Amino acid sequence: MAKIIVVTSGKGGVGKTTTSASFATGLAMRGHKTAVIDFDVGLRNLDLIMGVERRVVFDFVNVINGEATLKQALIKDKQFDKLHILAASQTRDKDALTQEGVERVLNELAQDFDYIVCDSPAGIEKGAFMAMYFADEALVVTNPEVSSVRDSDRVLGILSSKARRAERGEDKVKEHLVLTRYNPTRVSKGEMLSVDDVKEILAIPLLGVIPESPSVLTCSNSGVPVIREEGTDAGAGYRDLVGRFLGEDLPHRFITEQKKSLFSKLFGAP
Amino acid sequence: MDWLKFFRGEKKTSAQTAKERLMLAVAYQRSGQANGPSYLPRLREELLGVVRKYIQVPDDAVQFSVQREDGLEVLELNITLPDQ
Ligand SMILES: Nc1ncnc2c1ncn2[C@@H]1O[C@H](COP(=O)(O)OP(=O)(O)O)[C@@H](O)[C@H]1O
Ligand SMILES: [Mg+2]
Repeated sequence: MAKIIVVTSGKGGVGKTTTSASFATGLAMRGHKTAVIDFDVGLRNLDLIMGVERRVVFDFVNVINGEATLKQALIKDKQFDKLHILAASQTRDKDALTQEGVERVLNELAQDFDYIVCDSPAGIEKGAFMAMYFADEALVVTNPEVSSVRDSDRVLGILSSKARRAERGEDKVKEHLVLTRYNPTRVSKGEMLSVDDVKEILAIPLLGVIPESPSVLTCSNSGVPVIREEGTDAGAGYRDLVGRFLGEDLPHRFITEQKKSLFSKLFGAP
Repeated sequence: MDWLKFFRGEKKTSAQTAKERLMLAVAYQRSGQANGPSYLPRLREELLGVVRKYIQVPDDAVQFSVQREDGLEVLELNITLPDQ
């Protein structure tokens, strides 16, 4: 039986799609058959971040409406054959995602995938709700910034009261904090909320800290999930995060300022 | 509170200010008043009016919380009476 994981946040632009792409890729790199679905109807994005935009023929809504089979719509990654992508529709019809339709697609996927990753749109409206509703686990993507933290708390409230697991009285959705765009230098200057601050406020376990990193933009330029890029701090952060999700006990990195070497202190090199 | 900083008269950092504001915002959200039915604030005002016909109470004497228990939405209402 597949595990359904929603990547959610409430607030837009915090790194959900970046996280969904790297997390799904990471699970597939580790040998797990993984499907990642873009729930952002009208604003398709995940295909670009994963570099498959030119291979989209059918989308999520086509499958829901019976205009294509799931097999026709799933895009198999060129690098990792365990990784499959289901693109969002660009329709402007807000009601395109029906609960029955989404459930049918998830059930069909669950038959031969290990993990189903749902990239949620921003907000708490229909699309975001559909992405959350069926989840077994949730990655709550948060930036160390007041409005992002408050929105994450709001989403946690919805997950614990409105998700299918809550409605059925099952064990609650397992929540993981993913703190992204973290800048340890600003934290040490007292300009930015720290990991501990955010952990204390949201009171959920920390899965990973992803540093603010220029490599995220350059990777998105070329359509390569940052986790695939060796030698980048954000990529390493995501690889650790996937390892922890799979049960490995890895210490958190990128939380404190990188100590500058004597050489760079003397010569001012980065 | 960092007492050393306090005695030295140092100012709060902006991250500390953010944290304090967030703690309050989140506490309000979790009390259920934020995502409860939209009539809650009016219900609260009217109840306060009724209570005040009989006894003088401060504005925060009437408190709500909305919780989910066994799949049911429960509205909990607390009226704090002043010491006699
Ligand atoms: N760790 C990071 N460092 C720097 N920029 C980032 C990081 N994570 C995300 N971004 C940038 O933030 C923007 C929003 O990211 P995205 O994943 O699309 O957010 P969302 O899906 O939550 O709207 C993008 O421009 C992305 O490149
Ligand atoms: Mg997105």
